Amino acid sequence: MVSLGNLAARPPRGGAGGQLWSASRLTYGALILTGLLSVFPIYWMFVVATRSNDAMGQLPPPVTPGGNLPGNVERLLGNPDAHFLTGMLNSAIVAGAVTVSVVFFSSLAGFAFAKLRFRGRNGLLLVIIATMMVPTQLGVIPLYMLMSELNWNDRLQAVIVPGLVTGFGVFMMRQYASQAVSNELIEAARVDGCSTVRIYWNVVLPALRPAAAVLGLLTFMTTWNDFLWPYAVLNDPENPTVQLSLRALSNGYYQDMSQIFTGTAIATLPLLFVFIVFGRQIIGGIMEGAVKA
Amino acid sequence: MSLRLEVDAPHPGATAGSGPPPRHRHADRPVRARLNRFDLKVSPYLYIAPFFILFAIFGAYPLGYTLWVSLHDWDLLAEDHPFVGLENYQRLLGDPDFWNSVVNTLGIFVISTVPQLLLALWLAHLLNRGLRARTLFRMGVLIPNITSTAAVAIVFGQLFSREFGMINWLLDLVGVDGIDWKGSKLTAWIAVSTMVDWRWTGYNALIFLAAMQAIPRDLYEAAALDGARQARQFWSITVPMLRPTIIFCVIVSTIGGLQLFTEPLLFNSGTNPIRGGPMRESQTMTMYMFENAFAPHFNFGYGSAIAWMLFALIAIVAIINVLVIRGLGKNQTGGE
Repeated sequence: MVSLGNLAARPPRGGAGGQLWSASRLTYGALILTGLLSVFPIYWMFVVATRSNDAMGQLPPPVTPGGNLPGNVERLLGNPDAHFLTGMLNSAIVAGAVTVSVVFFSSLAGFAFAKLRFRGRNGLLLVIIATMMVPTQLGVIPLYMLMSELNWNDRLQAVIVPGLVTGFGVFMMRQYASQAVSNELIEAARVDGCSTVRIYWNVVLPALRPAAAVLGLLTFMTTWNDFLWPYAVLNDPENPTVQLSLRALSNGYYQDMSQIFTGTAIATLPLLFVFIVFGRQIIGGIMEGAVKA
Repeated sequence: MSLRLEVDAPHPGATAGSGPPPRHRHADRPVRARLNRFDLKVSPYLYIAPFFILFAIFGAYPLGYTLWVSLHDWDLLAEDHPFVGLENYQRLLGDPDFWNSVVNTLGIFVISTVPQLLLALWLAHLLNRGLRARTLFRMGVLIPNITSTAAVAIVFGQLFSREFGMINWLLDLVGVDGIDWKGSKLTAWIAVSTMVDWRWTGYNALIFLAAMQAIPRDLYEAAALDGARQARQFWSITVPMLRPTIIFCVIVSTIGGLQLFTEPLLFNSGTNPIRGGPMRESQTMTMYMFENAFAPHFNFGYGSAIAWMLFALIAIVAIINVLVIRGLGKNQTGGE
C-alpha cells in the first residue's frame, strides 16, 4: 500500500511479462520479507533436526545446522511409540494409490463431461461442483461405523477407498479437457472407427497430461498431509500413517524435541522435493483452476 | 445386460445367410452399429459413474446418516440404540462445553480469516507487477501450503512455547513480557490463527492474483487517463472485479476454517490435546465432536448432533458472508 502513491505517476511499463505496474523496492522488500516468514519455520525445523536438545534451551536460538542429525534419526527410528518407518511406508502407499486413482477416474469423467454428449450432463456437472462445497468431513461418524462393518478399521483401505475420487479432480480435468482437446481430433478418431475408450486412451489422455500431472501432485500432497480421517479410523499404533506417527511422537510425556523435529522434517521432505521440482506447474495449476472456477 | 443382447442379436440373421465369408460381414455391421450406439449413448455414464458411486457411499451417505444417528441414543458398545428424537440437540443447547467450542471456533475463524484474506489481497497486488524472479516469489508465498499440517502445528507449538519459544524471545527483545500462549483463550486463538494464516495466506494470494490478471487492462488505462491514482484504481476496479473470487475464497475459508481440527489438536500436544488445553482454551467444534464420538466416550448420537450443528453453522456463516460481500460490492459500485 505504501508504494502505491509514488507509482501512480509512472506510465504502465511493457517489460517483465507485460505487467501493468512496475515493482518498486518496497514491493521487493515486502515480498522478500513474506518469503522469509514463509520459509523460516520450515528452515528452523531442519535446524533443530540437526541439533541436540540443548538447542531448545538456548537464547538466542541457534539458526545454523548442527551435527546431530544421525543420532536424532537413530533415536527416531528406534522410538517404540512412533513406528516412523511404517508410517512413511504407509503414507507412500496410501498417497500413491489415491493419486493414481484420482487422476484416472477424474480424467475419464472430466473427458466425458467436456467432450461427450449425454442427457443430464450439465445437471450432473453442477452436482459435482456442489460436492466440492459439502463438508463431508462431518460424516466421519457413520463412515467410521461403515468401516467397522466392513472390518476395515486399522487397515489402509479405510483411508484409501474414500479418497479414490474427488469432485475437485473431475472438475479440474473437465475444465482442462474442454479447451485442450479439440473436437475435430475426436471426430477424426471416431471416423477412423475408434471406440470411446480408445479415444480416451490414445487421444484424450495424452492431451490431458499437463493437467493430470498437476492434479496428481496436488492429490499426493493433500493425501500425504491428511490427518483427521486417518486419526479417526487408524487406531492401531503399530500401523499409522506418517502424520499419526508425528502425533504419537509429539504427544509423549517427555518431549524429545530434536527427535520430534527430525520426524517432522523427514515427513516434510517428500513434499518439499515435489514442490521444488514441480513448483512452477503446481502454481500454474492452482492459478488456472482459480480463473475458471 | 444390454451388452449381451447386442451381441446375441445377429444370430438369427446369421443362420439365414448363405456362404460363410459374406455371412460374417453382414452380421458384423449391425453388431458394430449397435455397439457404436451403446458406446455413444451409454458409455459416458460409465465414465462418470465411479465418482457418483464412490461419493454416494463414502461422502453423501455418511453425511446424511449422521442426521439419523443424531436422533438416537447411539453408543458404540450398547446393544441397541433407541430413537430419542431431538434429545441430543436439547442436551447440546444446555451443554456449556459445547458453547465453549462454538465460541472458540468462531473466534479462531474471525481472527484468522479476516487478516488472511486482506493480506492475501495485498500480496496478490504486490505479485501482480513486473517482477523479476516471478516464479521464485510465487513459490515463496506458496511453500507454507505444501508442508504437512501436523508438522507445522508441532513446529508452531514450539515457536509459541512459554519458556524457550522464539516468539516470546522476540517479544522480550522489544520489551514485552513472555506470554503464556496456551494459558488463555485469546492467546491460544491467536497462536492457532497464526498457523492457519501462515499456511493459507499465500494460497489465497495466488488465487486472487490469477483473478487480477484476468481483469482487462483497458479498465485501468481508462481510469489512469481519468486521473485515478493507483490506490483508487485498486479499490474501484480491482476489488469490485474480484468480487466473485473473493466470495469463492470466503466460502472455501468458511467451510475449511469452521472445521478446524489438526492445528489446535497438535498445538495442544501433551496437554489434553482433544480438549484443546486443560481448560478447553482452543477446543473447536470438530474437536468436541471427536471427543464425544470417539475415544473416550464413543457416544455416536451426541457426536452426530454436534456434527449437524456445525453443518448448520457453516451454512449460516457462509450465507452471511456472501450477503455482506455482495452488499459491500454494491455500495462500492453505487458510490461511483
